[in-house]
Amino acid sequence: MNDLRQPDDGSPGPDRRGVLECMAWAGTGLLWSLGGGLPRAMGLEKALAAGTEPAPFTFLQISDSHVGFDKAANPDALGTLREAVRKIALLPEKPAFLIHTGDISHLSKEREFDDADQILRETGLPTFFVPGEHDLLDNGQGRAYLGRYGKGSRGAGWTSFDRNGVHFIGLVNVVDLKAGGLGNLGEDQLDWLERDVAGLSASTPVVVFAHIPLWTVYPEWGWGTQDGGRALALLRRFGSVTVLNGHIHQIIQKVEGHIAFHTARSTAFPQPAPGSAPSPGPMKVPAGDLRKLLGVASVSLVGGAGPLAIIDTPLAG
Amino acid sequence: MTATIPSLRRWFYPAAVLTAALALGLNPATAGPADTAQERIVRIDNFTFSPEVVTVAPGTTVTWINGDDIPHTVVSPSGRFRSKTLDTDDRFTFTFPAKGEYPYFCSLHPHMTGKVVVRDAPE
Repeated sequence: MNDLRQPDDGSPGPDRRGVLECMAWAGTGLLWSLGGGLPRAMGLEKALAAGTEPAPFTFLQISDSHVGFDKAANPDALGTLREAVRKIALLPEKPAFLIHTGDISHLSKEREFDDADQILRETGLPTFFVPGEHDLLDNGQGRAYLGRYGKGSRGAGWTSFDRNGVHFIGLVNVVDLKAGGLGNLGEDQLDWLERDVAGLSASTPVVVFAHIPLWTVYPEWGWGTQDGGRALALLRRFGSVTVLNGHIHQIIQKVEGHIAFHTARSTAFPQPAPGSAPSPGPMKVPAGDLRKLLGVASVSLVGGAGPLAIIDTPLAG
Repeated sequence: MTATIPSLRRWFYPAAVLTAALALGLNPATAGPADTAQERIVRIDNFTFSPEVVTVAPGTTVTWINGDDIPHTVVSPSGRFRSKTLDTDDRFTFTFPAKGEYPYFCSLHPHMTGKVVVRDAPE
């Protein structure tokens, strides 16, 4: 749990209490705002309540929809995705776009992707994707995902683009996983990443998104990326780096130097806090609590020297 | 290791003791034919293969059953066997004809590893 401490250098970041509160199950999405190059997230619920300081540039992170999942932890994952999308429509500040950090589907079935796409389209927002391991289960081991979401991407679906002076990088760390290992980026992708950021000035705010956490959250459950450190080393010279991940179905944050890490809630089902259960499998909670533990995140970039603002929003308060 | 358990258990039954002794004494190569060409089950529960290591005789069929609410796979890194995605209660079966060690893992959750050891029944 050392990872969750406030950094000693006084840099912006969540305090311990804040982090622990964030770790409570809640939320459907994270609203992210970039303030002075640093992103901050806030729950969607809080973002809806606040609504006073409109950020000039906001995007939204949604994750782990697991469309097709119908087990006890949430028999209607499609329904909760729909609820999340309705929440997004209510935001006072319309996000510029959506980032989906993977596990769009549960079993990579065409029908699951179709259903997810249909609902996500209702946001009317451009959407950028990276795959989760659940999106690469077709017989072609990811061909279906690439056919649908991979336009303009490289390799297994990695991509980069620029918006409002921010450089966005989507990485894929769920391909070619090695026995006994964690998430994996691989040499080709790391080479590409090095070239991708080579021409950028160190003052360019960078937002990296990938499915499995790029930092080691809990290796006993595979919650980390084997060569994630090499990617982060390539980004260390930048003044503001925000790393957005999914996979673990709960909010965990950490700040390390100029790099802020944040994982988003799922819209489908919660998973237990690291080590708090026999396995990371779907966590069954009382029906009335489920929507407090699902959510999205909204991120906004605001002028000045503050960090990106991230607002995590649960499906229900 | 676990393959010895059925043999040991037999020692508790007098008739089986005789059978086993005969088998051991007269024809070690086929010791305990009942221990060999059979089936073994490996359960997948709580993101764990159980038992993690199974020791079987050549010709044994191993069946994996996924009891989790999350899909898993059974994949040999050398490519010898690879299951389809196993959803809840799905099974994968593979027969191991030759002696050797066969490590495997879940390609979705690679921290999940297991091994099938194929060798002649213990003397």
